[in-house]
Amino acid sequence: MSDPTYRTIERADLLTAETSEGPQELKPRAQTATDELAREVGAVLRLDGRTLDPSSIDIERRDDETMIINMGPSHPSTHGVLRLMLELDGEVVLRTKPVIGYLHTGMEKTGEELSYVQGATNVTRMDYLSPINNELAYSMAVEKLLGIEVPERAVWIRMMMSEINRISSHLVWMATNGMDLGSTSMMIYGLRERELILAFFEKTAGLRLNLNYVRPGGVAADLPDGWQDDVTVICDTIDARTYEYDQLLTGQPIFRDRMIGVAPMTAEEALALSVTGPLLRSTGVPWDLRRTMPYLAYDQVEFDVIVGTYGDNFDRFAIRLNEIRESIKIVRQCVEMMPRGDYRTQDPKVTPPPRARIDESMEALIHHFKLFTEGFHVPVGEVYSAIESPRGELGCYIVSDGGPKPYRIHVRAPSFVNLQAVPLLMRGGLMSDTITVISTVDPVMGEVDR
Amino acid sequence: MIALPETAPTDVVTAEGLDTGVSCFPSREQYHDLVASFRDDGFELLADLCAVDYLTHPGRQLPDGVTPERFEVVVNLLSLSKKVRARIRVQVPENDPRVESLFDLYPGVEAMEREAYDLFGVLFDHHPDLTRILMPEEWEGHPLRKDYGVGRVPVQFKEAPGPR
Repeated sequence: MSDPTYRTIERADLLTAETSEGPQELKPRAQTATDELAREVGAVLRLDGRTLDPSSIDIERRDDETMIINMGPSHPSTHGVLRLMLELDGEVVLRTKPVIGYLHTGMEKTGEELSYVQGATNVTRMDYLSPINNELAYSMAVEKLLGIEVPERAVWIRMMMSEINRISSHLVWMATNGMDLGSTSMMIYGLRERELILAFFEKTAGLRLNLNYVRPGGVAADLPDGWQDDVTVICDTIDARTYEYDQLLTGQPIFRDRMIGVAPMTAEEALALSVTGPLLRSTGVPWDLRRTMPYLAYDQVEFDVIVGTYGDNFDRFAIRLNEIRESIKIVRQCVEMMPRGDYRTQDPKVTPPPRARIDESMEALIHHFKLFTEGFHVPVGEVYSAIESPRGELGCYIVSDGGPKPYRIHVRAPSFVNLQAVPLLMRGGLMSDTITVISTVDPVMGEVDR
Repeated sequence: MIALPETAPTDVVTAEGLDTGVSCFPSREQYHDLVASFRDDGFELLADLCAVDYLTHPGRQLPDGVTPERFEVVVNLLSLSKKVRARIRVQVPENDPRVESLFDLYPGVEAMEREAYDLFGVLFDHHPDLTRILMPEEWEGHPLRKDYGVGRVPVQFKEAPGPR
């Protein structure tokens, strides 16, 4: 048994015998190409000026010094069905490989079978924590292809709903992050506050989670009577509660120990890995599409882009906490500045007629029938529209062949891309910190796997 | 429309995009060099990479000098400093579906190229770990291709079509 190669082969046989996933798995070092080994410990190590140094990826280690363990896919701290293969040296994580696809339902394929009218119901189920943002990216792409302008009021309603949705998404993040770190009270508080927002969504759109509220051409319904009061109550309550979270978590010694300085990332690394959103901002890059490439009416409201310094867990926590406050600021401005007018475009080719018109007008009946059987035709072209979702740049690439269904619909899911930062962030960290890393990267598996 | 980087390969076909600074249509040989020149020109972030299968549109409209092929790999680049986007669309033929990987330029493209491989069967040369990412390892076929049938659950009544 002294021959090291003999031992490796035996270990490999053991691994393949126990699992069925085959080549997606993390393989023993002896069977891993240097390139792949480098990627698994962090792809950015291969950037210019940092040529592959064998010692930098612990290539000298032998397989009998380390242990490969499997975490997930059903693990309470993986926020869904994320599976990680970890190579450990004692308590220290050397390599990490995320294995995804357990929630893949072929939504992009489904999108090709649905008309543009139905498409919003499909995309809204991708990132189930911020459905409005998904619908928004999709609707904006379709509108760009159609070349239609959305009424002013619809723009502001979209912006307000998108920000309220950002608050609820960050609240769920605060809740799950608290639970991962053992603060179960934070979990209860986060979900409690989110309930206010879900109740408002139900009042507005009729549904709580998969809203199908933002549609090509505008929004599904006008805001309900008394919405100003509801929104103001949400803002006041959550604004005050963020200071309670501050007291509960920010100064808490155990929380600080587990967050400060854990899993740092530099701006260069984040950009190389195409990481966006709070993760990129935590490294000090002030990149927020709402500010840098404004869409909707974000150039008319005042808010701050929150930026971190060290790119560690604590920065990512602080950014999300403060983004809740900035979103509240935007929502308050929306309440003040909400214009009057139509909440959807009056183009009868895109917008269904009101119910009452169908009984009295033959034309309205025909339009209604055409819209809900065949759908509207979209000019030939391809477009990529990106918005800032709570998790980063959410892009929608649509190719149209002139028919009523998209020829190809691709969603650039921020969680899917951000997940690539996990091997880099975990490298050299402790086993217990993997939980906080997954938590602060904040992947939503519905969006990762689509 | 923004100008191409100075170091870009010559004779790259460009067009104005609906939402981008510039759309480029490089050949497969120019593709990697073109992306490299964009990166050196301040396009720090590779926002997106995806593939499209134009099986039913072989004669679609493209700028002069570009031969349409069945597959197209679409790359969206983003410049943080200039606040502008660039799109690169490279044609990939059906009988030899392979292009150079961009992994050495943007390591973050790794998962996106794996996804394009998994769902379309486009191969990326020099990719460190080109395995399936969303579908199970033993899956046959590439589901987002247009000639891949959408499954049906057989139901028991007379006129129902059988499974495709």
